[in-house]
Amino acid sequence: MTPPSGSTTVVPERVEIQAPKEQYKGQSVPRKEDRRLVQGEGVFVDDVKRHGMGYIFFVRSPYAHAHITSIDVSKAEALNGVYGTLTGEEVASLTDPFFQIASVPGGKIKDYALAVGKVRYVGEAVVAVVAETRELARDASELVEIEYDPLDAVTDARHAQEPSKPVLHEEAGGNLMWEGVYEWGDLDAAFAEADKIVKIDELHFHRFNSTPLETDGALVEFNRGIGQWTIHTNNQFPGFAAIMMGPALRTGIDRLRFVTQDIGGGFGNKITTHPQLVACCLLARKLNRPVQWTEWRTDFHMSMSHGNERWFHDTEVAVKADGTLLGFRTKALDDAGAWLRYEPLGGVIWAQVTPGMYRWRHIRLEFTQVATNKAPVSPNRGYSRMQHLWFTERVIDIVAHELDLDPIEVRKRNYIRADEMPYETPNGCVYDSGDYARMLDVATELIGWDGLAARRKDAESRGKLLGAGIGSTLDSGTNNFAQSRMINPELQFSGNNEVATVKLDIFGEIVVTLGTTPQGQGHETTAAQVVADILACSVDDVHVRAGHDSYWNSHAGFSGTYASQFAVTGLSAVKGATDMLAEQIKRLASAVFGGVPLEALELAEGTVRIKENPEAALPFMACGAIINANNAGLPEDLDVTLNCRYVYRPPFELPDIERKFGNLTLTYASQVHAAVIEIDPETGYYEIVDYAAVDDCGKRINPQIVEGQVMGATAQALGGVMHEIFEYDEDGNLLTPNFYDYHVPHALDMPPLKTGNVESPSPFTPLGTKGMGEGGGAGIHAVCAAIQDALRGHGDAIVWDSSNPYRRVWEMLAQPEQAGGRVEVVEA
Amino acid sequence: MSTVASSNPITVTINGTVYEREVEARKLLIHFIRDDLDLTGSHIGCDTGNCGACSVLVNGTLLKSCMMLAVQADGATIETVEGLADGDELTTLQQAFSDHHALQCGYCTPGMLMSATALLRSNPSPTDEEIKKGLQGNICRCTGYWNIIDAVRAASGQGAK
Repeated sequence: MTPPSGSTTVVPERVEIQAPKEQYKGQSVPRKEDRRLVQGEGVFVDDVKRHGMGYIFFVRSPYAHAHITSIDVSKAEALNGVYGTLTGEEVASLTDPFFQIASVPGGKIKDYALAVGKVRYVGEAVVAVVAETRELARDASELVEIEYDPLDAVTDARHAQEPSKPVLHEEAGGNLMWEGVYEWGDLDAAFAEADKIVKIDELHFHRFNSTPLETDGALVEFNRGIGQWTIHTNNQFPGFAAIMMGPALRTGIDRLRFVTQDIGGGFGNKITTHPQLVACCLLARKLNRPVQWTEWRTDFHMSMSHGNERWFHDTEVAVKADGTLLGFRTKALDDAGAWLRYEPLGGVIWAQVTPGMYRWRHIRLEFTQVATNKAPVSPNRGYSRMQHLWFTERVIDIVAHELDLDPIEVRKRNYIRADEMPYETPNGCVYDSGDYARMLDVATELIGWDGLAARRKDAESRGKLLGAGIGSTLDSGTNNFAQSRMINPELQFSGNNEVATVKLDIFGEIVVTLGTTPQGQGHETTAAQVVADILACSVDDVHVRAGHDSYWNSHAGFSGTYASQFAVTGLSAVKGATDMLAEQIKRLASAVFGGVPLEALELAEGTVRIKENPEAALPFMACGAIINANNAGLPEDLDVTLNCRYVYRPPFELPDIERKFGNLTLTYASQVHAAVIEIDPETGYYEIVDYAAVDDCGKRINPQIVEGQVMGATAQALGGVMHEIFEYDEDGNLLTPNFYDYHVPHALDMPPLKTGNVESPSPFTPLGTKGMGEGGGAGIHAVCAAIQDALRGHGDAIVWDSSNPYRRVWEMLAQPEQAGGRVEVVEA
Repeated sequence: MSTVASSNPITVTINGTVYEREVEARKLLIHFIRDDLDLTGSHIGCDTGNCGACSVLVNGTLLKSCMMLAVQADGATIETVEGLADGDELTTLQQAFSDHHALQCGYCTPGMLMSATALLRSNPSPTDEEIKKGLQGNICRCTGYWNIIDAVRAASGQGAK
């Protein structure tokens, strides 16, 4: 491995892409999943039923912060048809607290499946009730008598550490959960070299999530004889859930069998269901019957996986007069909510994209994460990088705005260049490939950027303000889990892995199992494309098992579908296993044909045959039959099973924890979006009138699926910036607990969309692919930039918040001096 | 609180099959369809009638089956997603959804298909604006709707835009 000059990061070795004759890869092959899904024949978690199962309903806290003084379940349990209950006290005696990722102080907190002694947010589960029907479980929940002694609540992260504020977790000694200082380069030199210093006092990234249409759920059975749970669930990262649940339940993780077929969207929000799943496990064992839990929409909104809310304070940017960016300092304050369910990993995940897409080399970020009396945060599409990339994009536009520079020119001047790839960032990450300037050209061309002046005039003639903005962003994928050690050096996680098995069965059926838990990404289809190209057969001949089962031998520690990695980890595992199978088929044929050399054989048309004599062909069906059912007389030393398992392990090294330096992710897909909006200045109402999304995720296995992901990520970003917010009042009540108050985009909300594509294959992955699908919130950045552009000369407020409903846009126009985000430009 | 739920006999015809069942008065039609009849194609995505995943046709009218009690459907003829295809033969609309990648996770899809089916029955050649209005009661979190609109337009026999 050759590090670039002056580097200490070990750059992954370039993978030579051996391109077999491509038939399916790169084609928009119709999805294998569709036929069942359009007929209503998918199997989602709530579709799974068992005889005699009980329905779980969680009794939840009405208080944001309170001591629980008493719980009486006797009246509920006396109700006819109620099977039983579970309380926090039982949970605390039957389980151990969940393992904490954090070092001190957050690592000291004790987190259980149900609230123990105290509640810390509205909607926290306190008691579980199980009954014969869904309706009866709800009825019975009203008979559970819980006495609370309310406490003051902390709802604003900015005040969480003040001495007058109540402490959520006494064990932690305060509301600070984790803090760390990241600094690379030479800040003093950068600020000395700068012509101007742009200071921004406060920026805020708001709280929302992707609200998958299917809520969380499980059907859990306990096999008393062997002490094993089968957990039918839509959890999207069973590897993580097992690591959390096994020790808590005091059992080996092989006693926890996770099974899934179809999942109704995940977007990261279905990673941290382990508390509810532990409650289900305890109830299945206690009541000796299958138990079923389907979360109600209101419960999801109140309790699950809010995206990280983050503040950026005291930002200072060192800029040359020509717009060259040298570096920045900032203080990031992250609001974790009441529990650390995946946190404080957000405190390091952002560092995968430390400089955004820009060449500045001198960066300091002080990261602080605090607990508040709000729902716990957990990964949400774009997890933690989105917040940071929004920040870098805001900085670019605010600098351009304040220095009266063209935001396009500032980007082009500062983008990392295609000829600098692979590019080592100031913190040792290696951007694998990309051509950001070209993507920007494609995006602006799609919009017709050159004609904007005329369109601005036209809008003005109609009393509207036109704004145009760019959101450029990264989708880093395939984590090196060693980055968790920057949060807690004691952790023993590093690298990554994913598994696939491919076998040739007795009738020649090609059967693929994946370790992943797809939620709409079409894994059955893209895996079949990779297999079919290697085995030179039809995709229709490849049967990819639907869903996930941790009892298949295709499950590894990091198995799951999260963090933009399937096209790298999942498909590389598929490729590895299929290459092994292809080689085994040839070795079998060599033996059958009496020692024909392997090089003389080829796979074609569902057979293995002699190249020079294609009529000497052994159909796959014969191969499968020989090995599985007709193997007498085969050579003793023929080590062929036709059942191949491959674990893909990306090339990662341990980072330097002291310097917080190293390669944190393998691939970097990129997006450049352009938005044109028109604002009605009287009301703040605005419409997106033109929009372009340009994506580069390297080699695309199935362009239609990729484009679908680009569209979906765009729609979620537009919902996030315009409408969606988990908003709390001062007492910690969630004001948006359902789809009435939490507006997600509908068909009528969607602007016209133009898409473009640039293809920069990753030099580090076996298929040239990059993980993609999260999109880094490009739409949020682009709309914020467009609003910023429209405000030029109209009060010149700064777009300081990622949430920009019409009301806020009106405020920025009507009362710019009262809007947040004070900016000052200092001549250096 | 009463522990004995009231039970009511109802008869409904769903996708051509007649079902006679006893149901609690408070049971929602969607829970009756999914839990009692095991027709799990229709889904539930909210508790407030916003998402449309449970959309079915009741006596030819598009309805969200979480907004109606099962007892109110007594005597009704209901169509659900399971009744669209003729055996293995997908409808033009179902095929168009696949062709245009109008579904990802597939959870909203049954409701979308029922809404689009109702739309195309009443308006065989809708404009894009009419398609959007026809689907405004259905939430999709995966696709951003663009491909769904394309699929409905294609199924209506109108070419790509």
